[in-house]
Amino acid sequence: MYNFDVETPVTVADAVAAMAAEDAQALGGGQTLIPTLKQRLASPSTLVSLKGVAEMQGITRDGDSLRIGGATTHATVAADGSYPALSALASHIGDPAVRNRGTIGGSLANNDPAACYPAAALASGATIATNTREIAADDYFQGMFDTALEEGEIITAVSFPIPQAANYQKFVQPASRFALVGVFVAKYADGVRVAVTGASNEGVFRWTEAEAALSANFSASALEGLSVSADNMIADLHGSAGYRAHLVKVMTGRAVTAAS
Amino acid sequence: MTKVTMTVNGKTVSGDVEGRTLLASFLRDDQGLTGTHIGCDTSQCGACVVHVDGVAVKSCTMLAAEADGATVDTIEGQANADGSLNVIQQAFQDHHGLQCGFCTPGMVMSAAALLKENPKPSEQEIREYLEGNICRCTGYHNIVKAIMAASGQDVTAIAAE
Repeated sequence: MYNFDVETPVTVADAVAAMAAEDAQALGGGQTLIPTLKQRLASPSTLVSLKGVAEMQGITRDGDSLRIGGATTHATVAADGSYPALSALASHIGDPAVRNRGTIGGSLANNDPAACYPAAALASGATIATNTREIAADDYFQGMFDTALEEGEIITAVSFPIPQAANYQKFVQPASRFALVGVFVAKYADGVRVAVTGASNEGVFRWTEAEAALSANFSASALEGLSVSADNMIADLHGSAGYRAHLVKVMTGRAVTAAS
Repeated sequence: MTKVTMTVNGKTVSGDVEGRTLLASFLRDDQGLTGTHIGCDTSQCGACVVHVDGVAVKSCTMLAAEADGATVDTIEGQANADGSLNVIQQAFQDHHGLQCGFCTPGMVMSAAALLKENPKPSEQEIREYLEGNICRCTGYHNIVKAIMAASGQDVTAIAAE
């Protein structure tokens, strides 16, 4: 690692001020960023650790809405259970020690094309709150490792409307345990949303044809006759584009069947 | 350089660290606590697992500066007060839960974290919890058996493999 300074603010205001330093970078749990720094793929002058910001910690439920602070760990979300499919998703990210450090804000800010949380946020129509504004998930994810966040902007919280039924199915890449393909299905009173991670070169995306079919008939059989194009799917030694496209439909069907 | 102070195995320690100093490096190089191993250095293998404020973390993927003010427990603090092995360590010895021993500190620390939240885990739960701890001797069978024994479960029916 190249050397850097570490700032440990305790309020969002102080964190935003610290982010004004040249080449400053926010540090969530560091479970992706620290390995990236070790590879010298990033060389920030200052890391602004968000772990000590109390107002970004914890989970609060308000009716059918769940607000999760940006610095909340995967382990905390896994243990919460207010939104069972979301807690189940969090309980399978990385391993126990990683879940004790990694944060939801860090995962969404990084927007890894194979990360789990982007699928949950997009399928749930979540709202990403930052120090300056609120961003709808539909506007937030802008491609592989690309988001609507501006320079120095910090995710302070994420709000999830709790669905009537939901499920996340992850087909793990056997070495990294990231999603080779992951599908999050969420059923709301006004329709079904389906978000896919791991599959596309564009990062997480919604499978709108499946959403229409499932909104009319919430059953795996509603997917019969639909197919997913392999255009722009990720192809690597773990799976071809066609294989991933096929898996999208399979995992969507499993998620619908398992949704509760 | 920044000064950090933390409680390590019940003792208050402090030292001057660079921003990039890993918790694992601080423990090993500054504090001489070389029981915490660095295996992969990419947060995969778990040989560096310690407890920070009571929960298991990979100390190769946490900055020493982030542990300022924290309570850290390492393998060196696991033995009983009289120096004898604690129940998990003793079970690893009794059931041959180690071969080369490199992964053992991380395995013991992960096992301690597991048993704290789940005092009687099933074999499946133990295997899932150890997902982030790799034993390159592939000695998992006896590691799982040792953890079951340490949790007071009868392992006589589990064959040696």
